[in-house]
Amino acid sequence: MYNGGKIITGLIIFVALATFPFYANFGKTVELPSELEAEPDEMHLGNIPLVNMRSEHMKLLDQWRDEVVRGGKRFIEYDGDEYEKSLQNGCLGCHEKQEFCTKCHTYAGVKPYCWSCHFAEGEEGLL
Amino acid sequence: MKIDRRKFLKLTGATGIGLGLSATDIFTKGTVEASSGHSRVSTAATRLAMVINIGKLKTDDDYQRIIDACHSIHNVPTIDNPKHEVKWIWTDTYKHSFPEQINEYHPEAFMKKRFPLLCNHCDHPPCVRVCPTKATFKRPDGIIQQDMHRCIGCRFCMAACPYGSRSFNWIDPRPHIKEKNTEYPPRTMGVVEKCTFCNERLERGEEPACVESSNGALVFGNLNDPESEVRKILNTHFTLRRKPSLGTMPSVFYVIGGEDYAG
Repeated sequence: MYNGGKIITGLIIFVALATFPFYANFGKTVELPSELEAEPDEMHLGNIPLVNMRSEHMKLLDQWRDEVVRGGKRFIEYDGDEYEKSLQNGCLGCHEKQEFCTKCHTYAGVKPYCWSCHFAEGEEGLL
Repeated sequence: MKIDRRKFLKLTGATGIGLGLSATDIFTKGTVEASSGHSRVSTAATRLAMVINIGKLKTDDDYQRIIDACHSIHNVPTIDNPKHEVKWIWTDTYKHSFPEQINEYHPEAFMKKRFPLLCNHCDHPPCVRVCPTKATFKRPDGIIQQDMHRCIGCRFCMAACPYGSRSFNWIDPRPHIKEKNTEYPPRTMGVVEKCTFCNERLERGEEPACVESSNGALVFGNLNDPESEVRKILNTHFTLRRKPSLGTMPSVFYVIGGEDYAG
Protein backbone atom coordinates (compact mmCIF):
# COMPACT_ATOMS: atom_id res chain seq x y z
CA MET A 1 0.00 0.00 0.00
CA TYR A 2 1.40 3.35 -0.98
CA ASN A 3 1.40 5.89 1.84
CA GLY A 4 -0.11 3.25 4.11
CA GLY A 5 0.93 5.01 7.28
CA LYS A 6 -0.73 8.28 6.30
CA ILE A 7 -3.92 6.55 5.15
CA ILE A 8 -4.28 4.51 8.32
CA THR A 9 -3.54 7.54 10.53
CA GLY A 10 -6.12 9.51 8.57
CA LEU A 11 -8.69 6.76 8.96
CA ILE A 12 -8.12 6.57 12.71
CA ILE A 13 -8.55 10.35 13.05
CA PHE A 14 -11.71 10.22 10.94
CA VAL A 15 -13.28 7.39 12.98
CA ALA A 16 -12.35 9.15 16.21
CA LEU A 17 -14.03 12.38 15.08
CA ALA A 18 -17.09 10.67 13.59
CA THR A 19 -17.82 8.71 16.73
CA PHE A 20 -17.06 11.59 19.09
CA PRO A 21 -20.73 12.28 19.97
CA PHE A 22 -21.18 8.67 21.04
CA TYR A 23 -18.25 8.26 23.42
CA ALA A 24 -18.49 11.82 24.69
CA ASN A 25 -22.02 11.16 25.94
CA PHE A 26 -21.51 7.49 26.86
CA GLY A 27 -22.85 6.57 30.27
CA LYS A 28 -24.38 10.01 30.89
CA THR A 29 -28.05 10.37 31.61
CA VAL A 30 -30.12 13.29 30.46
CA GLU A 31 -32.64 14.26 33.05
CA LEU A 32 -36.19 13.71 31.93
CA PRO A 33 -38.34 16.74 32.57
CA SER A 34 -40.70 15.84 35.41
CA GLU A 35 -43.66 16.61 33.17
CA LEU A 36 -42.63 13.78 30.89
CA GLU A 37 -42.35 11.22 33.69
CA ALA A 38 -46.02 11.43 34.49
CA GLU A 39 -48.84 10.18 32.32
CA PRO A 40 -49.60 12.55 29.44
CA ASP A 41 -51.86 15.43 30.43
CA GLU A 42 -54.97 16.36 28.60
CA MET A 43 -54.67 19.67 26.81
CA HIS A 44 -57.36 22.14 27.73
CA LEU A 45 -58.55 25.62 26.84
CA GLY A 46 -60.35 27.12 29.80
CA ASN A 47 -62.82 24.40 30.71
CA ILE A 48 -62.76 22.74 27.31
CA PRO A 49 -61.02 19.36 27.38
CA LEU A 50 -59.01 18.96 24.23
CA VAL A 51 -56.54 16.36 22.95
CA ASN A 52 -53.59 14.51 24.41
CA MET A 53 -51.07 17.24 25.11
CA ARG A 54 -47.87 15.35 24.44
CA SER A 55 -48.70 13.77 21.11
CA GLU A 56 -51.36 16.06 19.66
CA HIS A 57 -50.75 19.69 20.70
CA MET A 58 -48.85 20.56 17.56
CA LYS A 59 -51.59 19.22 15.33
CA LEU A 60 -54.24 21.14 17.24
CA LEU A 61 -52.25 24.39 17.12
CA ASP A 62 -51.85 23.90 13.40
CA GLN A 63 -55.60 23.35 13.04
CA TRP A 64 -56.36 26.44 15.15
CA ARG A 65 -54.03 28.50 13.02
CA ASP A 66 -55.94 27.62 9.86
CA GLU A 67 -59.33 28.07 11.48
CA VAL A 68 -58.46 31.49 12.90
CA VAL A 69 -56.34 32.99 10.14
CA ARG A 70 -58.00 31.55 7.08
CA GLY A 71 -61.46 30.70 8.40
CA GLY A 72 -61.95 33.74 10.63
CA LYS A 73 -63.30 31.49 13.41
CA ARG A 74 -61.40 32.77 16.42
CA PHE A 75 -63.59 31.69 19.30
CA ILE A 76 -64.88 28.40 20.67
CA GLU A 77 -68.08 28.39 22.68
CA TYR A 78 -68.27 25.93 25.52
CA ASP A 79 -70.75 25.76 28.39
CA GLY A 80 -71.91 29.30 27.64
CA ASP A 81 -68.37 30.72 27.72
CA GLU A 82 -66.25 31.89 24.81
CA TYR A 83 -62.58 30.99 24.48
CA GLU A 84 -60.00 32.30 22.05
CA LYS A 85 -58.07 29.75 20.02
CA SER A 86 -54.67 31.27 20.52
CA LEU A 87 -51.18 30.19 21.41
CA GLN A 88 -50.20 33.67 22.55
CA ASN A 89 -53.38 34.70 24.38
CA GLY A 90 -54.74 31.24 25.17
CA CYS A 91 -51.89 28.92 26.23
CA LEU A 92 -49.33 31.55 27.14
CA GLY A 93 -51.99 33.74 28.72
CA CYS A 94 -51.84 31.39 31.74
CA HIS A 95 -48.76 29.19 31.36
CA GLU A 96 -45.21 30.38 31.46
CA LYS A 97 -43.34 29.57 28.26
CA GLN A 98 -40.08 28.45 29.84
CA GLU A 99 -41.79 25.79 31.96
CA PHE A 100 -44.63 24.96 29.65
CA CYS A 101 -42.97 24.80 26.23
CA THR A 102 -39.22 25.25 26.24
CA LYS A 103 -38.39 22.54 28.78
CA CYS A 104 -39.77 19.64 26.76
CA HIS A 105 -38.81 21.13 23.42
CA THR A 106 -35.21 21.30 24.58
CA TYR A 107 -35.33 17.70 25.80
CA ALA A 108 -36.89 16.52 22.54
CA GLY A 109 -34.47 18.60 20.47
CA VAL A 110 -37.18 20.43 18.54
CA LYS A 111 -37.06 24.10 17.67
CA PRO A 112 -40.50 25.22 16.56
CA TYR A 113 -40.55 28.66 14.95
CA CYS A 114 -43.77 29.74 16.66
CA TRP A 115 -41.72 32.10 18.82
CA SER A 116 -40.35 34.15 15.97
CA CYS A 117 -43.69 35.97 16.10
CA HIS A 118 -45.83 34.80 18.99
CA PHE A 119 -44.26 36.10 22.14
CA ALA A 120 -45.36 36.03 25.74
CA GLU A 121 -45.07 38.81 28.29
CA GLY A 122 -41.44 39.67 28.95
CA GLU A 123 -40.05 37.14 26.49
CA GLU A 124 -37.73 38.01 23.66
CA GLY A 125 -35.81 34.83 22.85
CA LEU A 126 -36.54 32.63 19.90
CA LEU A 127 -36.11 29.19 21.46
CA MET B 1 -61.04 5.18 -43.76
CA LYS B 2 -61.18 7.20 -46.94
CA ILE B 3 -62.68 10.69 -46.96
CA ASP B 4 -63.77 12.19 -50.26
CA ARG B 5 -63.67 15.88 -50.96
CA ARG B 6 -67.40 16.35 -50.35
CA LYS B 7 -67.35 14.67 -46.93
CA PHE B 8 -64.24 16.63 -45.89
CA LEU B 9 -65.91 19.97 -46.66
CA LYS B 10 -69.04 18.94 -44.71
CA LEU B 11 -66.97 18.04 -41.64
CA THR B 12 -64.97 21.26 -41.83
CA GLY B 13 -68.14 23.30 -41.99
CA ALA B 14 -69.72 21.49 -39.03
CA THR B 15 -66.58 21.99 -36.93
CA GLY B 16 -66.52 25.68 -37.78
CA ILE B 17 -70.15 26.15 -36.73
CA GLY B 18 -69.49 24.25 -33.49
CA LEU B 19 -66.52 26.45 -32.58
CA GLY B 20 -68.50 29.58 -33.44
CA LEU B 21 -71.36 28.54 -31.14
CA SER B 22 -69.06 27.79 -28.20
CA ALA B 23 -67.39 31.18 -28.64
CA THR B 24 -70.71 33.01 -28.16
CA ASP B 25 -70.42 32.04 -24.49
CA ILE B 26 -68.09 34.98 -24.08
CA PHE B 27 -70.72 37.42 -25.34
CA THR B 28 -73.65 36.01 -23.40
CA LYS B 29 -71.81 35.88 -20.08
CA GLY B 30 -70.71 39.47 -20.53
CA THR B 31 -67.25 39.07 -18.98
CA VAL B 32 -64.22 36.93 -19.40
CA GLU B 33 -61.57 36.24 -16.81
CA ALA B 34 -59.18 38.81 -18.24
CA SER B 35 -61.63 41.72 -18.28
CA SER B 36 -60.74 44.70 -16.14
CA GLY B 37 -63.75 44.18 -13.89
CA HIS B 38 -65.24 47.66 -14.11
CA SER B 39 -68.71 46.23 -14.49
CA ARG B 40 -68.43 43.59 -11.82
CA VAL B 41 -69.51 44.57 -8.34
CA SER B 42 -69.38 42.34 -5.31
CA THR B 43 -72.74 40.75 -4.54
CA ALA B 44 -71.66 39.17 -1.24
CA ALA B 45 -73.83 39.84 1.81
CA THR B 46 -70.98 41.74 3.45
CA ARG B 47 -68.33 43.95 1.94
CA LEU B 48 -66.54 45.91 4.63
CA ALA B 49 -65.58 49.43 3.66
CA MET B 50 -64.32 52.67 5.15
CA VAL B 51 -65.34 56.24 4.48
CA ILE B 52 -62.82 58.93 5.41
CA ASN B 53 -64.34 62.32 6.08
CA ILE B 54 -61.23 64.35 5.47
CA GLY B 55 -62.86 67.59 6.61
CA LYS B 56 -63.06 66.31 10.17
CA LEU B 57 -59.30 65.76 10.38
CA LYS B 58 -58.10 69.25 11.26
CA THR B 59 -54.82 69.20 13.12
CA ASP B 60 -51.63 67.15 12.73
CA ASP B 61 -52.60 65.60 16.02
CA ASP B 62 -55.79 64.17 14.50
CA TYR B 63 -53.72 62.28 11.93
CA GLN B 64 -51.03 61.17 14.34
CA ARG B 65 -53.57 59.84 16.83
CA ILE B 66 -55.02 57.54 14.16
CA ILE B 67 -51.61 56.30 13.05
CA ASP B 68 -50.42 55.74 16.62
CA ALA B 69 -53.58 53.83 17.54
CA CYS B 70 -53.05 51.42 14.65
CA HIS B 71 -49.30 51.03 14.92
CA SER B 72 -49.17 50.54 18.68
CA ILE B 73 -51.92 47.91 18.74
CA HIS B 74 -50.38 45.92 15.90
CA ASN B 75 -46.74 46.13 16.95
CA VAL B 76 -45.77 47.98 13.79
CA PRO B 77 -42.09 48.89 14.10
CA THR B 78 -40.84 52.47 13.78
CA ILE B 79 -37.76 52.34 11.56
CA ASP B 80 -36.04 55.56 10.57
CA ASN B 81 -34.35 54.21 7.47
CA PRO B 82 -36.98 54.77 4.73
CA LYS B 83 -35.72 51.72 2.85
CA HIS B 84 -36.72 49.50 5.77
CA GLU B 85 -39.85 51.40 6.75
CA VAL B 86 -42.95 49.42 7.73
CA LYS B 87 -46.34 51.14 7.68
CA TRP B 88 -49.98 50.13 7.88
CA ILE B 89 -51.52 53.60 7.75
CA TRP B 90 -49.77 56.80 6.73
CA THR B 91 -50.50 60.13 5.07
CA ASP B 92 -49.64 61.78 1.77
CA THR B 93 -50.58 64.82 -0.32
CA TYR B 94 -53.60 65.15 -2.58
CA LYS B 95 -51.44 64.92 -5.68
CA HIS B 96 -49.77 61.71 -4.60
CA SER B 97 -52.97 60.18 -3.26
CA PHE B 98 -55.14 60.86 -6.31
CA PRO B 99 -52.78 61.10 -9.30
CA GLU B 100 -55.65 60.41 -11.74
CA GLN B 101 -57.59 63.52 -10.69
CA ILE B 102 -57.08 65.93 -13.57
CA ASN B 103 -59.56 68.48 -12.25
CA GLU B 104 -57.37 71.17 -10.73
CA TYR B 105 -60.40 73.06 -9.37
CA HIS B 106 -61.60 70.84 -6.59
CA PRO B 107 -62.08 72.88 -3.40
CA GLU B 108 -58.66 74.35 -2.73
CA ALA B 109 -58.79 73.57 0.97
CA PHE B 110 -59.52 69.94 0.11
CA MET B 111 -56.55 69.72 -2.22
CA LYS B 112 -54.27 71.15 0.44
CA LYS B 113 -55.15 68.45 2.96
CA ARG B 114 -53.09 65.42 3.74
CA PHE B 115 -54.87 62.11 3.25
CA PRO B 116 -54.68 59.06 5.50
CA LEU B 117 -53.74 56.12 3.28
CA LEU B 118 -54.09 52.45 4.05
CA CYS B 119 -54.81 49.15 2.35
CA ASN B 120 -57.90 49.66 0.18
CA HIS B 121 -59.15 46.09 0.65
CA CYS B 122 -60.03 46.09 -3.04
CA ASP B 123 -62.95 44.14 -4.42
CA HIS B 124 -60.60 42.98 -7.19
CA PRO B 125 -57.29 42.77 -5.35
CA PRO B 126 -54.26 42.41 -7.61
CA CYS B 127 -52.12 41.32 -4.64
CA VAL B 128 -54.31 38.24 -4.18
CA ARG B 129 -54.01 37.28 -7.83
CA VAL B 130 -50.22 37.33 -7.84
CA CYS B 131 -49.52 35.60 -4.51
CA PRO B 132 -47.88 32.28 -5.39
CA THR B 133 -48.67 30.61 -2.04
CA LYS B 134 -52.18 32.00 -1.50
CA ALA B 135 -50.84 33.64 1.64
CA THR B 136 -52.86 36.71 0.75
CA PHE B 137 -56.50 35.99 0.22
CA LYS B 138 -59.89 37.65 0.23
CA ARG B 139 -62.25 36.81 3.07
CA PRO B 140 -65.99 36.44 2.40
CA ASP B 141 -66.55 39.79 4.15
CA GLY B 142 -64.19 41.55 1.73
CA ILE B 143 -61.14 41.92 3.99
CA ILE B 144 -57.86 41.19 2.23
CA GLN B 145 -56.13 39.05 4.79
CA GLN B 146 -52.57 37.84 4.88
CA ASP B 147 -51.53 34.55 6.40
CA MET B 148 -48.03 35.26 7.73
CA HIS B 149 -47.43 31.54 8.17
CA ARG B 150 -47.61 31.06 4.43
CA CYS B 151 -45.81 34.20 3.27
CA ILE B 152 -42.51 33.36 1.63
CA GLY B 153 -41.45 36.98 1.22
CA CYS B 154 -41.39 37.01 -2.58
CA ARG B 155 -42.86 40.55 -2.63
CA PHE B 156 -44.97 39.94 -5.76
CA CYS B 157 -47.88 41.49 -3.86
CA MET B 158 -45.86 44.64 -3.24
CA ALA B 159 -45.19 44.94 -6.95
CA ALA B 160 -48.86 44.30 -7.73
CA CYS B 161 -50.38 46.72 -5.22
CA PRO B 162 -50.90 50.09 -6.95
CA TYR B 163 -51.30 51.89 -3.62
CA GLY B 164 -48.01 51.06 -1.88
CA SER B 165 -49.98 49.57 0.99
CA ARG B 166 -47.57 46.77 1.70
CA SER B 167 -44.28 46.76 3.57
CA PHE B 168 -41.56 44.16 3.67
CA ASN B 169 -39.67 43.29 6.83
CA TRP B 170 -36.09 43.68 5.68
CA ILE B 171 -34.82 43.52 9.24
CA ASP B 172 -36.06 41.94 12.46
CA PRO B 173 -38.85 44.33 13.49
CA ARG B 174 -38.84 43.47 17.20
CA PRO B 175 -36.15 45.85 18.43
CA HIS B 176 -37.96 48.71 16.66
CA ILE B 177 -41.37 48.25 18.25
CA LYS B 178 -41.97 51.18 20.60
CA GLU B 179 -44.69 49.82 22.87
CA LYS B 180 -45.18 46.11 22.69
CA ASN B 181 -48.72 44.79 22.68
CA THR B 182 -48.29 41.22 23.91
CA GLU B 183 -51.77 40.26 22.72
CA TYR B 184 -50.90 40.72 19.06
CA PRO B 185 -48.04 38.87 17.35
CA PRO B 186 -45.32 40.99 15.74
CA ARG B 187 -44.00 39.82 12.42
CA THR B 188 -40.73 38.17 11.63
CA MET B 189 -38.02 39.19 9.21
CA GLY B 190 -38.84 38.20 5.61
CA VAL B 191 -42.61 38.60 5.46
CA VAL B 192 -44.81 41.29 3.94
CA GLU B 193 -47.39 43.03 6.10
CA LYS B 194 -50.21 45.55 5.75
CA CYS B 195 -53.43 46.87 7.26
CA THR B 196 -55.91 44.12 8.18
CA PHE B 197 -58.99 46.30 8.74
CA CYS B 198 -58.45 45.12 12.34
CA ASN B 199 -60.02 41.74 11.66
CA GLU B 200 -59.05 40.58 15.15
CA ARG B 201 -60.91 43.52 16.70
CA LEU B 202 -63.94 43.04 14.45
CA GLU B 203 -64.15 39.42 15.57
CA ARG B 204 -64.38 40.68 19.16
CA GLY B 205 -67.13 43.10 18.20
CA GLU B 206 -64.90 46.21 18.25
CA GLU B 207 -64.36 48.81 15.54
CA PRO B 208 -61.02 49.15 13.75
CA ALA B 209 -58.48 51.03 15.88
CA CYS B 210 -58.17 53.95 13.46
CA VAL B 211 -61.95 54.39 13.30
CA GLU B 212 -62.28 54.28 17.07
CA SER B 213 -59.59 56.92 17.59
CA SER B 214 -60.74 59.26 14.78
CA ASN B 215 -63.61 61.05 16.59
CA GLY B 216 -65.99 60.22 13.78
CA ALA B 217 -63.77 61.22 10.86
CA LEU B 218 -63.42 57.60 9.78
CA VAL B 219 -66.56 55.52 9.39
CA PHE B 220 -66.59 51.78 8.94
CA GLY B 221 -69.37 49.47 7.80
CA ASN B 222 -70.94 47.13 5.30
CA LEU B 223 -70.98 48.58 1.80
CA ASN B 224 -73.50 46.00 0.60
CA ASP B 225 -76.08 46.94 3.24
CA PRO B 226 -78.12 49.91 1.94
CA GLU B 227 -78.98 50.90 5.52
CA SER B 228 -75.39 51.04 6.79
CA GLU B 229 -73.78 54.30 7.86
CA VAL B 230 -71.14 54.14 5.13
CA ARG B 231 -73.84 53.82 2.49
CA LYS B 232 -75.76 56.74 3.98
CA ILE B 233 -72.68 58.94 3.75
CA LEU B 234 -71.94 57.75 0.21
CA ASN B 235 -75.54 58.53 -0.75
CA THR B 236 -75.29 62.14 0.39
CA HIS B 237 -71.66 63.05 -0.39
CA PHE B 238 -69.33 62.95 -3.35
CA THR B 239 -66.38 60.68 -2.72
CA LEU B 240 -63.08 59.85 -4.35
CA ARG B 241 -61.36 56.50 -4.53
CA ARG B 242 -57.70 56.04 -5.30
CA LYS B 243 -56.77 55.18 -8.90
CA PRO B 244 -60.24 53.99 -9.96
CA SER B 245 -59.21 53.43 -13.59
CA LEU B 246 -57.22 50.36 -12.56
CA GLY B 247 -60.45 48.51 -11.83
CA THR B 248 -59.35 47.28 -8.41
CA MET B 249 -62.55 48.65 -6.83
CA PRO B 250 -61.12 50.01 -3.56
CA SER B 251 -63.24 49.82 -0.41
CA VAL B 252 -61.83 53.05 1.06
CA PHE B 253 -63.67 56.26 0.12
CA TYR B 254 -62.62 59.89 0.67
CA VAL B 255 -65.45 62.38 1.16
CA ILE B 256 -65.10 65.52 -0.94
CA GLY B 257 -67.23 68.58 -0.20
CA GLY B 258 -70.00 69.08 2.34
CA GLU B 259 -67.59 69.68 5.19
CA ASP B 260 -65.54 72.46 6.58
CA TYR B 261 -61.95 72.08 5.39
CA ALA B 262 -60.49 74.87 7.45
CA GLY B 263 -57.52 74.06 9.58
